[in-house]
Amino acid sequence: MTDMSNPPVSPIGQSLLRREDQRFLTGVGQYTDDVVMPRQTFAVFLRSPYAHARIKSINLTAANAAPGVVQIFVGADLAEAKVGGLPCGWLIHSKDGTPMKEPAHPVLAQGKVRHVGDQVAMVVAESALEAKDACELIEVEYEELTPVIDITKADGFGSAVHDEVTDNVCYDWGHGDKAAVDAAFAVAHHVTRLDFANNRLIPNAMEPRAANAVYTRHDESYTLYVSNQNPHVERLLMCAFVLGLPESKVRVIAPDVGGGFGSKIFLYAEETAMVWASKKVGRPIKWTAERSESFLTDAHGRDHSSTAELAMDAQGNFLALRVKTIANMGAYLSTFASSVPTILYATLLAGQYKTPAIYAEVKAVFTNTAPVDAYRGAGRPEATYLVERIVETAAREMKMEPTALRRQNFITQFPYATPVGLTYDTGDFAAHLDKGMAIADVAGFPARKAASAAKGKLRGIGYSCYIEACGLAPSNIAGALGARAGLFEAGEVRVHPTGTVTVFTGSHSHGQGHETTFAQIVAAKLGIPVENIEIVHGDTGRVPFGMGTYGSRSLSVGGTAIVKAVDKIIAKGKKIAAHLLEAADTDIEFENGEFRVVGTDKKVPFGTVSLTAYVPHNYPLDKLEPGLNENAFYDPTNFTYPAGTHICEVEVDPETGKTTVCSFIAVDDFGNIINPMIVSGQVHGGIAQGLGQAMMEGCRYDVESGQLLTGSFMDYTMPRADDLPNFTVDHTVTPCTHNPLGVKGCGEAGAIGSPPAFINALTDALGVRDIAMPATAERVWRAANHIA
Amino acid sequence: MYAFDYQRPENRGAAVGGLGADGRYLAGGQSLIQAMKLRLSRSERLVDLSAMGDLKGIKVDGTTVTIGAMTTHAEVAASVEVKNAIPGLHELAAGIGDQMVRNMGTIGGSVANADPAACYPAALLGLGATVHTDHRTIAADVFFTGLYETALQPGELITAVSFPIPKYSAYIKYKQPASRFALVGIFLSHGAGGVRVAVTGAKSYVFRVTSMEAALTANFTAAAAKAVNVLTDGINGDMHGSPAYRAAMITVMTQRAVTAALAR
Repeated sequence: MTDMSNPPVSPIGQSLLRREDQRFLTGVGQYTDDVVMPRQTFAVFLRSPYAHARIKSINLTAANAAPGVVQIFVGADLAEAKVGGLPCGWLIHSKDGTPMKEPAHPVLAQGKVRHVGDQVAMVVAESALEAKDACELIEVEYEELTPVIDITKADGFGSAVHDEVTDNVCYDWGHGDKAAVDAAFAVAHHVTRLDFANNRLIPNAMEPRAANAVYTRHDESYTLYVSNQNPHVERLLMCAFVLGLPESKVRVIAPDVGGGFGSKIFLYAEETAMVWASKKVGRPIKWTAERSESFLTDAHGRDHSSTAELAMDAQGNFLALRVKTIANMGAYLSTFASSVPTILYATLLAGQYKTPAIYAEVKAVFTNTAPVDAYRGAGRPEATYLVERIVETAAREMKMEPTALRRQNFITQFPYATPVGLTYDTGDFAAHLDKGMAIADVAGFPARKAASAAKGKLRGIGYSCYIEACGLAPSNIAGALGARAGLFEAGEVRVHPTGTVTVFTGSHSHGQGHETTFAQIVAAKLGIPVENIEIVHGDTGRVPFGMGTYGSRSLSVGGTAIVKAVDKIIAKGKKIAAHLLEAADTDIEFENGEFRVVGTDKKVPFGTVSLTAYVPHNYPLDKLEPGLNENAFYDPTNFTYPAGTHICEVEVDPETGKTTVCSFIAVDDFGNIINPMIVSGQVHGGIAQGLGQAMMEGCRYDVESGQLLTGSFMDYTMPRADDLPNFTVDHTVTPCTHNPLGVKGCGEAGAIGSPPAFINALTDALGVRDIAMPATAERVWRAANHIA
Repeated sequence: MYAFDYQRPENRGAAVGGLGADGRYLAGGQSLIQAMKLRLSRSERLVDLSAMGDLKGIKVDGTTVTIGAMTTHAEVAASVEVKNAIPGLHELAAGIGDQMVRNMGTIGGSVANADPAACYPAALLGLGATVHTDHRTIAADVFFTGLYETALQPGELITAVSFPIPKYSAYIKYKQPASRFALVGIFLSHGAGGVRVAVTGAKSYVFRVTSMEAALTANFTAAAAKAVNVLTDGINGDMHGSPAYRAAMITVMTQRAVTAALAR
């Protein structure tokens, strides 16, 4: 017997299994490489073997004669066709007011190559194998130049990555109140200073980048299938800035995408060259990166060298923070590269603390390495690492409990305007610290440390109290800060005559589970089963518009756009229902999928209203359009501020330097949660990436030659399941105050909070002031045994 | 990968005859195929040995374990007889690569390839094994001659490897974190031939640590191993471990091998 007195359970807050997993796990996902067009051709890119060289000549004679070759393109062909360079989407001004240096980012190399893997030529052939064979027959004469690799020496190195930027400095930016910071340092009781690097990372999405460019002669249009996180942005940048094509003639489809982590936000040279060439060739052109190409040419992440100084009074109250950072841009400015070490970094340097004065200087430099751009967290992990390492170090120097020092300096009043430009709307930092400490059994740590010592092992505990800005972004604020695009999101809700619903979202799912989460929201709002709702994303031909998925923005911005469109559906539905029920619009309420006259049992189900909208026989046609299809654009009024406490416990084997993560506890405040299972999955993945950065991942270039030393999984250490403990994930909730769902975002928090928690634990275990990331076994062994 | 011809003969004559001047034997393909896919290696012809039944199988008698060249790592790892006779050899096979690699990779392929960080060469040298070919027998001590180099002549086919059964054996693989090959792999044995300590992963090819063998011959204990300071001469250095670190790990892992060997 069903108990009819219980109202239906809202799908919001339920851990529904992911609807998309059936196709992913049974191998029927449709990825870009699965798209095969009639008369398909295949592209292979000839890439520079040198980090820095002038191209003296290119001889295509032998390659052109190779079997299967359709056409070969080099930089000169694009120059002749007046194809532009790839744009940067964010303008930063230096302290002296001058705009950042934006040297050309050619689609195929023009005169010079600037990193190993830089694309020199595109060979289009009947098969990928023949294209690859022909590539080997291209004769390029290079004049090698001295590569610029070390970011701490790039400025004034004597060799220029771009001839027109002689000092290799893209910009020298300042943020905050320098005078106030200097004044605070002058009266400080104690200053803690730390120099550190934030190690360079290679994204390594499971699906490598891929594209298939199709030109259709009858309507002179282009279709690009591409493994990408934001197809509308891709189309906008490609059409408006590079190829000069009308957007109405270009459709970009990002089908199933196997991970992005930021690296697929960007407009890359390969797909741009392919779209342009698809008309020349008159046949579809397909390219799928080999893993080696991913290592060489996907935009890398992080790569900062910083100095941080924290000034305190005698009681440990933070007075001021002063930061100097050198950030690596790589060889070219990638799509959002300039914003990452500035807008997404220095604005987060307050962390969870009421530090009254903060000043940061960021010098961005060009080097002969792959471009560096947003990677899971994008600036916020770098800021969090800096803040949480300097705070932990300060506590040790002040001989205070690290949690007590943090607690004493926590922001407790909201809204709170930081000295670096953000206004935190809500939060309760002590709540997640308290909950985390209880779960971590901090009180039992001394006994566990003693037990480890009895086995000859060193045990440590470390904290990270992070905050990040998500929900990118209020467009007017972003615009004032240099963004060259809006950062709203669009959604469309199409109710079909029989009451099923298709939702079109500008957000893009490449692992986030939107097909489930977004359907839960719509199902809850409309009171219809999740199964009746289809989520469509990733196609500029079907979705009205979109800014895509990055910066943990999909739910708070994209989800809100959907909510607003659903609200319009309900408002119109009330008018239809009012007509059917012969009542006033204002007397209709909508609940559990039924429109009802308030205070009566007169009601009409959602399906009847939708059918009436499309079969408007009994309908107020004089006052209301037929149909039930609404769209909405949502531009947030503030960022969202996920925050949390991560606590890590490690055990070191001093004989080998092998470090075991004994426990990792994340207590996060993401505001309201739609699907707890998906949120846990996002947190788990983020922590794995963060611990990967802290423990083992590190992109290395040879400083002399500029060759990538970590060019495969044989040398680039990705974290694996057996490197990691079972994570403990829990939550506290302060709902976001400025979006209707009360959500903040969860996609990046794990990667942001975890590296300093680990390094704080490791330095605690070793009794050392600092250890560089990645804390490889040898580094730990040297620290444990005091070997220089 | 470049295009190539492929043969899968069922008898030895066809295999040797089909090789030609520019062919290579395919004995599992867990290294060769990867190198070919990256175009680091090019072969006009591959002669796949996997259909040759007489190259497969494990025989254990009172003094010797003999393993056919085309026996997979998974088959060795599944052999209770090997486990009882030479536990170190069994754990070595069980720890090569992952299950997919173990299902395809073979002892003959591994030994002929002589990767500087492969596991099997440590077992051959650490047990004083004998390599049997279609022409002759070769002692492990003279089989490995350099980086990816062996005493094999062009076209010479490994048919089996035989291992004397020692009193004690252990294999400890301290893994390079990315590739999970041996950063330092120690094969230790103590039997009729004395104490042998063979190391893979730490030099351009597998080698014995005579100073360690002398110390353990005098006193077969972990403490004796701990006292040996391994010299860094010729030891590899890369981002995963400097020569000093690898040398130190040889000492640490040998101690652990002694402890493991004595524990059973």
